Amino acid sequence: MEKLIIFLPLLASIISGFFGSKIGNKASQVTTSSFVSLSAILSIYIFYNVISNDYSNNIIIAKWISSGLLDVNWSIKIDQISSVMLVVVTLVSAVVHIYSIGYMSHDPHQPRFMSYLSLFTFAMLVLVTSDNFLQLFFGWEGVGLCSYFLIGFWFKKPTANAAAIKAFLVNRVGDFGFALGIFLVFYIFGTVNYEEVFNQVSLYKDNNIKFLGIELNSINLICFLLFIGAMGKSAQIFLHTWLPDAMEGPTPVSALIHAATMVTAGVFLVVRCSPIFEYSPIILGFITVVGMTTAFFAATVALVQNDIKKIIAYSTCSQLGYMFFATGVGAYNVAMFHLFTHAFFKALLFLGAGSVIHSFNDEQDINNMGGVYRHLPYTYSLMIIGTLALTGFPFLSGFYSKDLIIEFAYLKGNNLGYYACGIGIFTAVLTSIYSWRLIFKTFHGEFNNKKIKLSNMHESPPIMLVPLVILGLGSVLAGYIFKDLFMGYGSFSEFWNGSIFFLKPLTTDHPPGYILYLTPILVTISIPLSYLIFLKNKSFLESLTNSNRPIYLFLKNKWYFDELYEVLFVKSSKFLGRFFWKKIDGLVIDRFGPDGLSNLFKYFSIKAVKFQSGFIYQYAFVMLIGFSIILTIIIIK
Amino acid sequence: MTFPILSSLILLPTIGALFVLFGRSTSNYNSAKYIALFISVGNFILSLYLWYLFDKDTSGFQFVEERKWLEGFINYKVGIDGISILFVILTTFIIPLCIISVNSTIKHRLKDFIVAILLMETMMIGVFCSLDLVIFYLFFEAGLIPMFLIIGIWGGERRVYSAFKFFLYTLLGSVLMLVAIISIYWITGTTDVIKLYELGIDVNYQNLLWLAFFSSFAVKTPMWPVHTWLPDAHVEAPTAGSVLLAAILLKMAGYGFIRFSVGLFPVASEYFVPLIFILSLIAIIYSSLVALMQEDMKKLIAYSSVAHMGFVTMGIFTMTPQGIEGSIFQMISHGIISAALFFTVGVVYERMHTREIKNYGGLVSVMPRYAIVFMIFTLGSLGLPGTTGFVGEFLILLGTFEVNFTVATVASLGVILGAAYILWLYRRVVFGEITNPDVKKLNDLNNPEMIILSFLAVVSILFGFYPDPLLSTTSASVGDLIDAFNYNVKIFAASNL
Repeated sequence: MEKLIIFLPLLASIISGFFGSKIGNKASQVTTSSFVSLSAILSIYIFYNVISNDYSNNIIIAKWISSGLLDVNWSIKIDQISSVMLVVVTLVSAVVHIYSIGYMSHDPHQPRFMSYLSLFTFAMLVLVTSDNFLQLFFGWEGVGLCSYFLIGFWFKKPTANAAAIKAFLVNRVGDFGFALGIFLVFYIFGTVNYEEVFNQVSLYKDNNIKFLGIELNSINLICFLLFIGAMGKSAQIFLHTWLPDAMEGPTPVSALIHAATMVTAGVFLVVRCSPIFEYSPIILGFITVVGMTTAFFAATVALVQNDIKKIIAYSTCSQLGYMFFATGVGAYNVAMFHLFTHAFFKALLFLGAGSVIHSFNDEQDINNMGGVYRHLPYTYSLMIIGTLALTGFPFLSGFYSKDLIIEFAYLKGNNLGYYACGIGIFTAVLTSIYSWRLIFKTFHGEFNNKKIKLSNMHESPPIMLVPLVILGLGSVLAGYIFKDLFMGYGSFSEFWNGSIFFLKPLTTDHPPGYILYLTPILVTISIPLSYLIFLKNKSFLESLTNSNRPIYLFLKNKWYFDELYEVLFVKSSKFLGRFFWKKIDGLVIDRFGPDGLSNLFKYFSIKAVKFQSGFIYQYAFVMLIGFSIILTIIIIK
Repeated sequence: MTFPILSSLILLPTIGALFVLFGRSTSNYNSAKYIALFISVGNFILSLYLWYLFDKDTSGFQFVEERKWLEGFINYKVGIDGISILFVILTTFIIPLCIISVNSTIKHRLKDFIVAILLMETMMIGVFCSLDLVIFYLFFEAGLIPMFLIIGIWGGERRVYSAFKFFLYTLLGSVLMLVAIISIYWITGTTDVIKLYELGIDVNYQNLLWLAFFSSFAVKTPMWPVHTWLPDAHVEAPTAGSVLLAAILLKMAGYGFIRFSVGLFPVASEYFVPLIFILSLIAIIYSSLVALMQEDMKKLIAYSSVAHMGFVTMGIFTMTPQGIEGSIFQMISHGIISAALFFTVGVVYERMHTREIKNYGGLVSVMPRYAIVFMIFTLGSLGLPGTTGFVGEFLILLGTFEVNFTVATVASLGVILGAAYILWLYRRVVFGEITNPDVKKLNDLNNPEMIILSFLAVVSILFGFYPDPLLSTTSASVGDLIDAFNYNVKIFAASNL
């Protein structure tokens, strides 16, 4: 059955990819959607089995690479973490497949699109069910590749192509760290299998190695390098620049890959490797800092963006930051919980945004929208649900998971924890403001679009709305239903045993009441507040941006990361490339190498030619001189 | 006496070449091609049979044949082990594909071209099978002559300059190697490789001899800074020539490093590891950066070859099982993928007669099948897991990491650059709007092209997912080589105390 879950999407992808033109659009859509849906149903069954029967399994499919001590298999590992991921991946994927049938209905390349989506699902499943680092890396690069294909799906758009390459390359930078991490794991433990590595970690906790001339603790270094990989894939600050650009891809892609599944792979990695990370408090602290910085940074940028998808993309970035700082304070299960709930409401928001964009004929700027909530009633109400869930409105799914993260940050009990807790609360407020700004500017106020008439606005077809409803249900209920399971309350107290490792058992204390109530209250207050700022009293906003122009520009330009990287990496590589090619290869090596040598020969042969002038008296003269020199030498001797 | 399978492999192409050259019916171009194809496919099947017979658990040489030539001096001696057999199969695999491609690429003197290719097959199989230094040298150098002719006769506009540059570089290195081989004979009294492995070579001479061999292999690899002949040679060579050059000719040097530099001069090899590492790192980073800025497709791929071969030389001198097996694997993988990339460039060059990247763009709209196969090789080149490119690169880096963290870290940066230049190439050629009106008229891949490229694609994916047949073939011999190396180095270290 596990094999079916994994290989059904692959099969679907192959059918749709290679035979799509023969079987037609409809058939490839039905095949891919039904195969992935079947895979989702089986995953839910497995998940149920894991919850109720403590089911776990480790299937070896075939040998992969074996050389010297290295021995790696293709495998399927089912445990608590991977079963949660299975459900998230296959469920969101199935929903997105169905939604795409409607969303992509005017596109000439539908089979190709469906094929990529299914292929992505396959790669993601390979990633989460691996029992070793190398297969994880395979899935890791595989999802990156599919993401590359899908971002650049509209291959005629130069911006889409640029964004696709950027996504691939920035991820490669992360993968560079990740790969080094794997090398180091192999170097220290002699294996890349999770079980075997995790069993040995405690033996090596005081092991030091010299890396780039510095003496470092090997566990710390492993964690740091693995986390670099996680930062790339999960778009954490410094390696986040690809995610907003990735919005060039079709919106279903953004929902599936850049919100619910692929970008959470980094969080998954850290949770999966909790037995290593637990021995590295320094790196956990580092993760907390990176996580909360990203959460804060992305939220500030999201405040001033105008592209509806970019706002949600920065919001994703920010929520991923939350997940990381949950792992950083050691609450791995809470990170998984937020990953789980986030998949529902963020996919909902993206697909909802897709529905809006669809209705506005591919308009993405929220300044050109507004006043359409009556015309798009379903999309509107579902977007509201998604927004409420995202902002952590009481009793929706985000409320449970996000507030728990803030609580655990507080309960960490050190300065970093308090600091993270504060940033967490502040960011939650920012989240609420930018989310409501999006809603108000998109659906309320005046209709600002000049290209289409308000009366022509129409709701999306049912095939796009049903998936939204499914995700809407998830956004409302996932938190409430699964909180006991994820938190290990009550009868589930043993749930994570065996897959997540806690060096010290997670605290069961509760923070003081004012912390508990602070976030929900602030989040609720910010709704009317944003209504005032963005809808009622626009002059206030204008004066605010005008009086703080530099800050506004700083945020608007996303803290100038892209400009900085352009100079630092892109321009300088190009310059170096050209310099090496023209100057070193051309002017140094060739000039003094082969060309120089041949010129030298040519030079001497031309000189030699001059001797053969054909005049007897010249020859006689030279002979005479030579003869007299020889004579002189002999005489002097 | 058993069936001389290796000699058959070596001689069969020559017999084919003679047939083509003197056969009466071969005045017709097509029949020349079919004879050659028949012979080379037969040779490929024979080499697969050889692989089937090959005992993977034995580390020593198998199928050894020995014939006296000059009594007491040079014997014709051939044999294979786990290190060389894969190169033989790579050669016999690539040659038929080259012959299939000939139809569309070579317009004049087709018969001579086919003769050159078949002769080259003989020489290259000979190189990988020779167990006598003199025989090795003869095959190694004779292999240059057909290549020289292929560039010089069937090449592009600057073919004479390129052929000359190619010859000058390779000859210079080779002369030193010849001197070294002669001195080995004076020192030890034999040029038989198996005997030399047993006897060992006096440590005092090893460094000089190593350098002499190195100068020849470094040029052929090519290593920085003696790499500038490669881009020129590739640019001017016809497609089949580029393919042979990248897929097989470069591998002779990598093979030479393993078989002779490491095998015969272990102490010197240990001594020169830093030199190799530095040159390899420069090759990886430097040529990746240069590749990024190329405007000519073939030059770009040529520079990428330099970078990929940088990984190979680095892997060999880690002296770890992963490093050396990875290097052999990387050479096979590069043989397949770079061959495929040169074929893919050849396909559009035939139609457009330009290699300038800026004249392309938007090919996917008119050549969808081409776009797919090109993507597969692009991914192979950037080392995506699931292709052969990944397995080789990963094992090499893993092996290097065990020896030197810094070197492995810097080399890993090359992996990022490797993705950059090849994806950018792909994007500029295949994606985007069509800007050049000529592109609109292009036809998608025809059947021969499809056959060639699908064979290569299947192989590169198959062994990416299941590399075990290749890795298990090499492991015993590589293990033995490393044991011998460590033993020698240890003895030398002990004698110095």
